[in-house]
Amino acid sequence: MNNILILFAHPRFENSRTNRSLLAGLRGLEWVTIHDLYEQYPDFNIDVARERELLLAHQVIVWHYPLYLYGPPAIIKQWMDLVLEHGWAHGQGSYNLERKPIFATITTGGTRASYARGGFNRYTIPELLYPLEQATHLCRMDWLPPFVVQGTYRLTDGMLADCADQYRQILLKLAQSPPLEQIRGYEFLNDWISALNRKEAP
Amino acid sequence: MTDTMLGQAVVYLAAALFCVPIARRLGMGSVLGYLLAGILIGPFCLGFVGREGEDIMHFAEFGVVMMLFLIGLELEPAHFWRMRTTILGLGSLQLALTTCALTAGLLLLGLDWRGALAAGLALAMSSTAIVLQSLKEKGLGNSHAGLSSFAVLLFQDIAVIPILALLPFLAIQAGGGAVHGDAPSLLDGLPVWMKAGSVLFAVVAVVVMGRSIVVPFLRIVTKASVRELSVAAALLIIVAIAYLMELVGLSPALGAFLAGVLLANSEFRHELESDIEPFKGLLLGLFFIAVGASINFRLLTDKPATIISLVLAVILVKAVVLVVAGRLFRLSFDQNSIFAIGLSQVGEFAFVLFAFIDRLGIIGRDWTDTLMAVTAISMTMTPLLLLANERLVLPRFGTREREEQEADLIDTEHPVIIAGFSSFGSTLGRFLRANGVEATILDNDSDQVDLLRRMGFKVFYGDATRLDILRSAGADSARVLFIAIDSPATVNKLVATARKHFPHLKVMARAGTNLDAHELLDLGVRDIYRDFLDTSVRAGVDVLASLGYRRYGATRAGQDFIRYDESAMHHLAPHRHDESSYISTAREQIRLQEQLLAGDRTANHTHHDHAWDTSTPVTAAEGETQP
Repeated sequence: MNNILILFAHPRFENSRTNRSLLAGLRGLEWVTIHDLYEQYPDFNIDVARERELLLAHQVIVWHYPLYLYGPPAIIKQWMDLVLEHGWAHGQGSYNLERKPIFATITTGGTRASYARGGFNRYTIPELLYPLEQATHLCRMDWLPPFVVQGTYRLTDGMLADCADQYRQILLKLAQSPPLEQIRGYEFLNDWISALNRKEAP
Repeated sequence: MTDTMLGQAVVYLAAALFCVPIARRLGMGSVLGYLLAGILIGPFCLGFVGREGEDIMHFAEFGVVMMLFLIGLELEPAHFWRMRTTILGLGSLQLALTTCALTAGLLLLGLDWRGALAAGLALAMSSTAIVLQSLKEKGLGNSHAGLSSFAVLLFQDIAVIPILALLPFLAIQAGGGAVHGDAPSLLDGLPVWMKAGSVLFAVVAVVVMGRSIVVPFLRIVTKASVRELSVAAALLIIVAIAYLMELVGLSPALGAFLAGVLLANSEFRHELESDIEPFKGLLLGLFFIAVGASINFRLLTDKPATIISLVLAVILVKAVVLVVAGRLFRLSFDQNSIFAIGLSQVGEFAFVLFAFIDRLGIIGRDWTDTLMAVTAISMTMTPLLLLANERLVLPRFGTREREEQEADLIDTEHPVIIAGFSSFGSTLGRFLRANGVEATILDNDSDQVDLLRRMGFKVFYGDATRLDILRSAGADSARVLFIAIDSPATVNKLVATARKHFPHLKVMARAGTNLDAHELLDLGVRDIYRDFLDTSVRAGVDVLASLGYRRYGATRAGQDFIRYDESAMHHLAPHRHDESSYISTAREQIRLQEQLLAGDRTANHTHHDHAWDTSTPVTAAEGETQP
């Protein structure tokens, strides 16, 4: 069983209905560590040694955040700058995170259709994630497609429960070392898990 | 043997100790136990106390006096204002309807209209002592029925004043006052208008004296910081007022009630409350015993049918009126039955009124004796009726609705208690308030307490290390106790008290020096803050976080607060020499704080912190719906 580390960052988690139910769905999974960055480091003073210990103790890494103005919240960038340091995560022959699968869980107000060429937001979610993807590439990590919950303003409670269920299933599968090449073919992890479920159902 | 005072005391105490535990074991409540004890030792059973005709109520009334003082203390203007519709509406409705019904009944029994009206008014009173004590024991004090009962009783207690003033006018026909009463009154032999006027005069005198003499007097006494002294002062206030009232022929209970109301708004309220509490319980028990002992069984055996039918009629009439009133004020069945049965007896003020009526000679001696017996018996019946209702009626017919927590009750229980409100505590309190967390504050500087009360804080005057004061400040339900007291010895004592009696409380503390901090560590306090602005705000952030606030949000609020506070300081600096130049530094401090607190109220601390709370989804791309 792989341990999974969720690096969660939401500056206003107290007001986020979507993220609350996504995380609530993970309750009771003892191999999942939810590491709430804004709660741990409200002053942005990140304890690098502790973060590295956590990274080494987990096999799958997740950046989980809401998309504000096309990027992750500031603390994710701060975390990257401090923790994925030259000489520890990359360069000089020290690649401590080498081959660890990593992906982003993102919530957006806009719908999937709006994140498209010719759509309101003009770029797709994978395109907006290029800087993150490249950083993990630099660290020789295994970048997976993102899990996205979109159109959050219009999600009914039922739809939200489905999303939370998908998230839980994805983590469950990833904890059991599935073939990663296959997963990389999908645009979103949502699509992968839907396809899996379809196959398993009669 | 029982003639001596000590002998009497032995009889009373032994009877109480014997009967009350048995009554409680049988599930009857202590009030009934006391009443039974009274009947047992009374002249018609064992005959230990009160030979026939002897007035034992006189001495025992002191318990009621204390209770009314405490009720008066409860009566903060704000509290009264919140309950105003219930008190005035329900209270006047009950009093008016009951008086009409009972007066009509007494007219039919052959009293003239003056006598009927006077007796009707007296019988309309219910027993504050029995009802509040019984409801409190059943844990119904804050239920809908409990609050309604309190409102009605309060209205009655207040109404006694004008009724006492009215009675002399009803005596006109009977021709002056024939003196039956034993208490020598200054008023005997005065013309009617002077008697009525003197009632009002006495009330006014108590009001004036309370404000201008008692409060300064208490300030001096509490400066001495001797616990016994403040207890003695509390007792002296009550005894002195009771004595004064008696001197002009008024009810001591009434005087005490007035005194309580006066002191309710002073900073000594909670200290007085906890000082008197133990005496109240015991003396109230004594009163109940006396009621039991004063039931005239001779009258009961002479004309049992008359007395019993009178008792039943009075209880029935009062209960019916209360049911109607309760319905109008939308009490549910359960609550209404408790309310109506609870208040259906005739109360201790009836003794007072009947004694006055008797002295004025409005109705004959036979009548007053009979009606006093009716009063005592109806009081004894109340706990039994409540018990019957609880055991027999409610399980069968009651809906057992869950009590809805009333919103305005919550504000009396703040999650945070701050002990010590000097500069550190005040910054903490201001910061918490700015973030919507109200704290209960304990302080023993009366000037400071005065200021904070004016600024709308809930402040308790008194020594925070005292268990009773902590308890009345809500330590049972609070979550955080923040100690910001200067004296390390006091801090240590408080930590120990809190640890022992309120283990659920998270104890946080300010330390002046490293040495103090080390001592706190030894005591097991983990959250320690060493002085000055940033620290107190940081402490505030931690308090918010331990109440479940998000750390990041709380931290930002803290940073905003420091920025705001520093600009407020700059803003205030030029004004500090406005007032006369000889203001001492302490006064200056207080004034500065006052200005800061006033500024806090108008400043909106969170107006700029909602960047991530967009309610309009700008990225939701309304455009996508277009082709």
